[in-house]
Amino acid sequence: MRVKLKKRLKGYRGDFILDVDLTAEEGNFITIFGRSGAGKTTLIRMIAGLLNPDDGFIEVNGKVWYDSNRGINLPPQKRNVGVVFQEYALFPNMTVEENILYGMERKDEELLEKLLMLTELTELKNRKPQSLSGGQKQRVALARAVARKPDILLLDEPLSALDIDMRRKLQEELLQIHHAFSLTTFLISHDFSEIFRLSDRVFVIDNGKVIKEGKPDQIFVQERLSGKVKFSGEILQIKKEDVVYIVSVLVGNNIIKVVADPEEIQDLSVGDRVIVASKAFNPFILKS
Amino acid sequence: MGTDFIQTLLLTLKLATLTTVILFFVGLPVAYLLAFYNFKLKSVVETIVSLPLVLPPTVLGFYLIVFFSPDSFVGKFLEDTAGIRLVFTFGGILLGSIIYSLPFMVHPLQSGFSLVNRSIIEASYTLGKGKLQTLWKVILPNMKQSILTGIVLTFAHTIGEFGVVLMIGGSIPGETKVASIAIYEEVESLNYNKANLYALILFVITFSILIFVYTLNKKFIKAENL
Repeated sequence: MRVKLKKRLKGYRGDFILDVDLTAEEGNFITIFGRSGAGKTTLIRMIAGLLNPDDGFIEVNGKVWYDSNRGINLPPQKRNVGVVFQEYALFPNMTVEENILYGMERKDEELLEKLLMLTELTELKNRKPQSLSGGQKQRVALARAVARKPDILLLDEPLSALDIDMRRKLQEELLQIHHAFSLTTFLISHDFSEIFRLSDRVFVIDNGKVIKEGKPDQIFVQERLSGKVKFSGEILQIKKEDVVYIVSVLVGNNIIKVVADPEEIQDLSVGDRVIVASKAFNPFILKS
Repeated sequence: MGTDFIQTLLLTLKLATLTTVILFFVGLPVAYLLAFYNFKLKSVVETIVSLPLVLPPTVLGFYLIVFFSPDSFVGKFLEDTAGIRLVFTFGGILLGSIIYSLPFMVHPLQSGFSLVNRSIIEASYTLGKGKLQTLWKVILPNMKQSILTGIVLTFAHTIGEFGVVLMIGGSIPGETKVASIAIYEEVESLNYNKANLYALILFVITFSILIFVYTLNKKFIKAENL
């Protein structure tokens, strides 16, 4: 499949042009990685047909979904996609079972049972979405998207709102479903462990462009193994203490305090994205 | 209490019911259009829909008479081709009621449409369902409160209508004489007992309808918060 799209977007750092060209093999698990506002959700919406690109081309399994040159633009209904939205988007008026059945063209009891089982929803099939937990809702959304037997499955940060245990469990289920239905899956994520565990291929998007692509270890590991410890993070606070400054940097969910002298501090300010690096010692790993 | 009394009440209910049913199907596409689409003349359409809220009913009734009287072009055309006369007939007060109650149906539906979460509509599209199916299976079932509000307000408002009906319908027993007009006439002829009875019945009907709606709405809200 090939996705080549252009669209002018308004970002919080000014206008920019989303201009991507992705080629992927059928059956691959693909992750789109990038900071928020990079245009990831826009990309997914354009593939699904919910948003019109300015220009480009989408071809999936030999079928052209969009081609600006030939004036082809299939509506979402005609594109065989499964979309899992960030906010679940379940139908509140239907039960779990009805939500899943709604996705099917013809009622397929066997597929329904299989999906309910894979997502551990069999017991909950007569409940309404309002009474489910976040993880359960996300499973219904996943089962519903797959019920259509889509050519591609699009997942817009489906697990980001869940706690770590639930996330881990759902990652397993996601992978199972991906293989069981031989899907081509597109996942938006910025969780490294998730990307490593799930994807065959990663596309890193920044400022609307694909800046890197490859296998997860090629992309994320290489530069980290160059003999030093390096983290990227955001400056939370700069505090003067005697003659030096203490800079607090948020890395992931941890705050690292770094000593800096007045010269180093000059072009740093709160909110800057920085890299904290160290060459002087050998870090060691302890199981926590 | 004579047959004319019953006749007047039944006529009132018939008018309100028919107005509500017709308006539901007229109001639905109008509200859908206003909620989901942007088009050039949108503000004009919105103004026309809201006009009956501020326009004196007599003004509306007056224009309807002028427009549909058998001497006018439209009135003559309707009578010659379809045999329909809209002045001083039930058809006339029905048309007047539909126009006059239009905002009471369209506004709740429009706000209902715009409150339905856009992402469930998009989800339905990506699941291969067309606009009509999405409307019936996804959008409408998730705006029951607004539908109920629209239906009830239209029904109650039509029962309480006076000016338009009097202007275009006159007060012909069994044809265009509805309860609100009957009350006025009974009072004018100092027939207070009969006026009282009409008033009480209208009061009880509207009170019961409203209390029914508020109870039901509470149930909807409860169900949503489960």
